[in-house]
Amino acid sequence: MGRYVARRLLQMIPVFIGSTALIFCAMYALPGDPVRTMMGEKSYDPAQIANIKADLGLDLPLWHQYWNYLTGLFQGDFGTQIASGRPVSEVIADALPVTIQLTLYSFAIIVVVGIALGLLGGLRADTWVDRVLLVFTMLLISIPVFVLGYIFQYFFAFELQWVTPTVQSSDSWGQLTLPAVVLAGLSLAYVVRLTRTSVAENLRSDFVRTAVAKGLPRRRVVGIHLMRNSLIPVVTFLGTELGALLAGAVVTEGIFNVHGIGNVIYQSLMRLEGATVVGVVSLIVILYLATSLIVDLLYAVLDPRIRYA
Amino acid sequence: MRAARSMKWAATAAAIAVAATACGSGDNSDSDENKPDGYVSIFHGEPQRALLPSNTNESFGGYVVENVFSTLVDYNEKGKLQNANAESVETDDSKTWTIKLKKGWKFHNGEDVTAESYVKAWNWYANVKNNQSNSAWFEQIKGYEDVHPEKGDPKKDEMEGLKVVDDHTFTVELSERVSYFNYMLGYSTFAPVPEAFYKDPKAFGQKPIGNGPYKFEKWNHNKLIQVAAWDGYKGSDKPKNKGIQFKNYSTIEGAYQDVLSGNLDAADQVGPKDRPKRKQDFGNRSIDKPYAGNTTIAPAFYAKPFKDVDPKVIQGLSMAIDRDTITKTVLDGTAVPAKSFVPANVEGFEALDTDVLSYNPKKAKQLIKEGGGVPGNKIWIQFNADGGHKEWITSVCDSIRKAAGVECLADSKPSFETDLKERDADNVKGTYRAGWLGDYPLNINFLRDLYRTGADANYGRFSDKEVDGLFKDGDKAADLDAAVKDYQKAEDKLLQEMPAIPLWDMTASIVHSEHVKNVKANWDGHILLRDVIAK
Amino acid sequence: MPEPALTKERRDDPAAGAALTEAAPKPEKARSLWQDAWRNLRSNPLFLISAVLILVLLTMVAFPGLFADGSPRDGDQAAHYLTEPNLGHLFANDWLGYDAHGRSVYVRVIHGARASVIAGIAVTLVVAVFGTIVGMLAGYFGGWLDSLLSRITDIFFGIPFLLGAMVVLTAVGERSLWMVITALAILGWTQVARVARGSVLTVKQSDYVQAAKALGASTWRILMRHVLPNAIAPVIVVATVALGGYIGAEATLSYLGLGLAEPAVSWGVDIDAGKDQLRNAPHVLLFPALMVSLTVLAFIMLGDAVRSALDPKSR
Repeated sequence: MGRYVARRLLQMIPVFIGSTALIFCAMYALPGDPVRTMMGEKSYDPAQIANIKADLGLDLPLWHQYWNYLTGLFQGDFGTQIASGRPVSEVIADALPVTIQLTLYSFAIIVVVGIALGLLGGLRADTWVDRVLLVFTMLLISIPVFVLGYIFQYFFAFELQWVTPTVQSSDSWGQLTLPAVVLAGLSLAYVVRLTRTSVAENLRSDFVRTAVAKGLPRRRVVGIHLMRNSLIPVVTFLGTELGALLAGAVVTEGIFNVHGIGNVIYQSLMRLEGATVVGVVSLIVILYLATSLIVDLLYAVLDPRIRYA
Repeated sequence: MRAARSMKWAATAAAIAVAATACGSGDNSDSDENKPDGYVSIFHGEPQRALLPSNTNESFGGYVVENVFSTLVDYNEKGKLQNANAESVETDDSKTWTIKLKKGWKFHNGEDVTAESYVKAWNWYANVKNNQSNSAWFEQIKGYEDVHPEKGDPKKDEMEGLKVVDDHTFTVELSERVSYFNYMLGYSTFAPVPEAFYKDPKAFGQKPIGNGPYKFEKWNHNKLIQVAAWDGYKGSDKPKNKGIQFKNYSTIEGAYQDVLSGNLDAADQVGPKDRPKRKQDFGNRSIDKPYAGNTTIAPAFYAKPFKDVDPKVIQGLSMAIDRDTITKTVLDGTAVPAKSFVPANVEGFEALDTDVLSYNPKKAKQLIKEGGGVPGNKIWIQFNADGGHKEWITSVCDSIRKAAGVECLADSKPSFETDLKERDADNVKGTYRAGWLGDYPLNINFLRDLYRTGADANYGRFSDKEVDGLFKDGDKAADLDAAVKDYQKAEDKLLQEMPAIPLWDMTASIVHSEHVKNVKANWDGHILLRDVIAK
Repeated sequence: MPEPALTKERRDDPAAGAALTEAAPKPEKARSLWQDAWRNLRSNPLFLISAVLILVLLTMVAFPGLFADGSPRDGDQAAHYLTEPNLGHLFANDWLGYDAHGRSVYVRVIHGARASVIAGIAVTLVVAVFGTIVGMLAGYFGGWLDSLLSRITDIFFGIPFLLGAMVVLTAVGERSLWMVITALAILGWTQVARVARGSVLTVKQSDYVQAAKALGASTWRILMRHVLPNAIAPVIVVATVALGGYIGAEATLSYLGLGLAEPAVSWGVDIDAGKDQLRNAPHVLLFPALMVSLTVLAFIMLGDAVRSALDPKSR
């Protein structure tokens, strides 16, 4: 087990370096010059721009900048924002809690509602309940997130006036409900379908039949035998989901005016704040790598047949 | 089946719980952001940079800086020049200016505001080593090249044009005559700073200490900036409220909703989504007021369609734009069709006696034909997609295409950064969107910085000797009135040369809640914060 | 030491949906598999509905004039500014109302199909071809080539799909259909590569491949004649489901101001414009949004049908 983890961690290093380098290169290939833009449309002095760039290390060759960035990163230094002069880590630390709150909220909705509906569909496979669920999930998958966001905004805020169209204070659970539901939508549909397929399949399996034959109460069969086995693919999906939800927040946060990481990344991209974009993406990549490792380890817990040397 | 039923119940319960929390939202429970009594909260965004007079040149930062700092002069809501911290600003020859300060003015930390506070600050702002974005504002002062040489380190720390006479008097010698120098002094970059600033300018920018009507209280990044009315303020325009909260919103729509529900006191912008409904939502609490800003489209005179173009063609294009319909429809009354190259509520504005700025498809076609047409019969309008310009650009293009028969394409750049890059590098394909917000409300600011040969914001690279000559006459004029007149003369010439197609003057759309009254727009379109009264 | 978690998917990657059925089919005989699949498809109502929808869409793409008269770019702003839909006038120009430029929403919705559908199909083709090649090389040859290609795949896989496309499009600065397709393809191929690799690994062990090897067939011949046809089924499944997702992604990018822009006519462009009218003229956003959703739905249903046809286990 320990050796397996060590090997996986080693494999992560090139992947991490590669992903960040890729984004880094793309960001520095961006047209437009953020330092120049600071000067507005008014007159500016090229010498002064050169000074500012030298201070920020933006005048170095690309590989050198990347090296500086990487070494900084290992010391916990995410770099400095060009325009505001604030450390990127501070900017991220300001926005991250909000996004984590939003993401966890979504995640909870996905897990609770998704698995519940999936189980319902699986246990009643090929009945009308199942069919209704199928149509429901297909619709959810088909509607792009931003469309769903605007439709919800239109109905719940403008028409029904249950909620304000945008979030006024980003750390209020109540106000985050609408964005959390929208963010959850697509994944929720996948989890429902995944659970449904898996449950329906396992329901026909030998071990369930054996358990039923043994005379175990149905609740125990479903709760222990069926669920435990059916949740393996769901867990895989959910594991990698957390990072993806963070990325999906770009759209949702924009629609609902949530001051989170998604907004930060969109603004930074528009303002060509390279260090900030790379910082956030690195964070998401790390999160993704970590969750995929945890998921693989969880396998061993859920499925005793899998053993890691 | 029991298990299944109970699962169904669980799912329903979860759905109800979600719906229930959705209903119960709307509470604003954040102690840190609560508004103290008597304060006024307004829509704002996160300033891009630290709050320094010499480094702030975007709208959000500027709004805070101009309320925390006072300059020598400022402008009333109609744009008229008036003294603020200065007792008098006088000159005999437009070259040497004598500035006398009012006595008894202090910074928020108790330090006296003296002639030295100004002179030292200006020298610091202008110094190339300090990398301040607004340093070029000081270039007309004699000795600027010493502190800000084109290359290398500064030779001196002080500009020789600045001399302290006594505690409350100093003189400014300019390298050439500038008849409107006093008008420029109202720009916030000419504000003084206390000694504390020089110890740690960076920290100062997070917690500025000014001499203005409001004292800085706190800046919770991405949330709000709070300032309190300052007892020690000596100006005549004392705040009528206890303080201001600049609340950060990432969308204007969010702010609008909050004003509507009373969670926010006022906003000086209304998003496109809410514009058509603003009168219905707010009645007389929705105020529209034109301010010192305008929008034009400027041809790039190096680009294929406009190289050596006959100005008649540009006049024709101008007459192909249906300004009335566009300002009424997609702009929803937030703009007023232009009558000149200068916005109407700016000192020195004069409506041009011409039909070039009115819609006339027939004459448009005729003028373009007389002028030899547009090469390739195709133009582009470059703009930044992050500025909310897309809708009206599309309308302008539609109008040109329909009325003049010239193909017109919107050339969208994702951000202002990329837009500016193309303009800097002379890569504009046809025309570009140009918007100008007055630095000071004087016609000269809308002409000299845009259409002089080699001017900073002259991205179309327009160049005309006669225009330059008229501008120069104005700069050298004996007094302000004469200067304004010379520039008006230049404007008549501009109409023949068409360095840009004036479209409309911008209008501030202000909405405010029932909790405040006496909300007025300033000359720059911002809310006149000092006058707002919290009920 | 097994390598578990062969199927990891990311929500924002349109290819994700396909991988949800983790089972790769293990075809015994290629021909019978395809014949079976076709028989299965024909009797699947999902397939029939989606096929009709897609056929209509493709006609719209090829001959928009069949559905609506008039140009999507010309409007009369003064006369038709945000005129409301007149649902009684079925298929007339004022049927779905007018937008802020006085252009018929109906005409624009019909003409907007082209960009979306072309983007979806082109990205899918590029992704399928490129991903299959990478996956096949990695899976068939194994060894250092597999390690290298797998790590490269991981690198691209680690970057969130939409975020990556946004960065690419900002970097390029040009806003054309081809740029959007490239940006989506650059980040989209990894899922296909992973599925293809897994599938090739299974096929490689089969008797007929071993036999062909023993008979001295060239590597090229083995790959093209034996491996590819037998390993392609899961790729097709992934690709069909992903197609719908790419159409959604194209619209999302336009909405974010990074994809197509005026004067291009596309649903994403119209949704972007419509969001500003959401309060007083929701129809400007509603109808293009409906079309995107319907199109995505059609391709997702097709993907679902293809999957159940090609995956015997799910029957």
